[in-house]
Amino acid sequence: MAVIEVSKVRKSYENIMVLKDISFTVSKNEVVSIIGPSGSGKSTLLRCLINLDQVNEGSIRICENDLVNDGAYSPLKEVKRITSKMGMVFQSFHLFPHLTVKENLELAPKLLKKGSVLEIETRSKHLLEKIGLANRALVYPEKLSGGQKQRVAIARALMMEPEILLFDEPTSALDPELTGEVLEVMRTLAEEQMTMIVVTHEMEFARDVAKKVLFMDHGEIIESGTPDDIFENPKMDRTKAFLNRW
Amino acid sequence: MSIQYIFSILWPMLEGAKATILLFLLAIILSVPIGFLLTLAVTSQIRLLAWIARGYIYVMRGTPLLLQLLFICFGLPLLPVVGKYLVLDRFVAAVLGFVLNYAAYFAEIFRGALLAVDKGQYEASQVLGLNKWQTTRRIILPQMIRVALPAVANESITLVKDTALLYAVAVPEILHFAQTAVNRDFTIVPFFLAGVIYLLMTLILTMFFKYLEGRMKFD
Repeated sequence: MAVIEVSKVRKSYENIMVLKDISFTVSKNEVVSIIGPSGSGKSTLLRCLINLDQVNEGSIRICENDLVNDGAYSPLKEVKRITSKMGMVFQSFHLFPHLTVKENLELAPKLLKKGSVLEIETRSKHLLEKIGLANRALVYPEKLSGGQKQRVAIARALMMEPEILLFDEPTSALDPELTGEVLEVMRTLAEEQMTMIVVTHEMEFARDVAKKVLFMDHGEIIESGTPDDIFENPKMDRTKAFLNRW
Repeated sequence: MSIQYIFSILWPMLEGAKATILLFLLAIILSVPIGFLLTLAVTSQIRLLAWIARGYIYVMRGTPLLLQLLFICFGLPLLPVVGKYLVLDRFVAAVLGFVLNYAAYFAEIFRGALLAVDKGQYEASQVLGLNKWQTTRRIILPQMIRVALPAVANESITLVKDTALLYAVAVPEILHFAQTAVNRDFTIVPFFLAGVIYLLMTLILTMFFKYLEGRMKFD
């Protein structure tokens, strides 16, 4: 079953086409990696899925609901309902600096009544144990390392119990020795059948964890397929040229 | 110079300090929230509102507070037709002048603090499903206050000293009693006492804001 269907999406910023005729689908429980050079439109595409950016043309369906149909967006209330099925993890974490780790996790579910207070607190405790930060529940984000911050950001997104999790270069802001702990958490989520779209420069992760890889360049999907297709037998010259640099 | 003399002039000066403190408290309590509303107006999508707020801030920051006080106390009653309804109690007029003036300064402080909050905080709030009000109240405002605090502290100290402008509109305050005593007794001591009283007030304020800053460190 397709949980995300993107068809013929176009977007431009001041006359520059940043997304040109993008179409792809993501099935339930699938992990999709989007790779490609900087400025290829990967992050913009991800942001359009969760309505942080808007497309000019085309359609996006999330869990069989129209986010945008042929360039026409659904009413704001409907858009909010649809995007709430997704969580997002950012490159630079965007944790709330004035709240402790536990409060970062619990604020949104408590405000939006995603369960009783007891349920929410049980869930945050459980998630902090899962990411190995149970002993850091009461500290402020400033006290955490980059890798720990990103693990907290993942847990915060999971608190809303999303059906799909979007990752926008989750390890790009981290020191190389800290990427492992974040990728480990993501690997665990993949094993638990979480549907994920991961924009990444981590080729190894894309190769090992993703079921499908999209290679983008200049706002287009140049090639897509299984990790084997893309990494072992790339068909397009641009894909080959990009992969040779890694 | 006897201790008795100091006590004899200290009493009326402390009476004067009551006016100073009352003005300070009223001005700060009213101008901070009005300043915040002005910030919202300046950054509003409604162009006309933003334009009016900017004009207001320009006028209030671009003219002397003393002129504004004189205008409200002595100028407004001279207006044709409506003037006779605008004869305000001097102290009330002064409070009005201070609030209108300081709100403009606080608005600019808050605008700066608003710019200092990372754009990512809005995006994180949005993808978690928070609405505009929840985002402002729970995410943006607390971070804004932390950034604005040192500047607000600075501005409040200026406000304490600016209360001396009450002298110009003949509301008895510390300076008025000091000046009277200096003229009457031909001694410089009352001026020193006035200075000490101002220093004490600013010291208390400084410590209060230090305490607030310490509580808002988030580390």
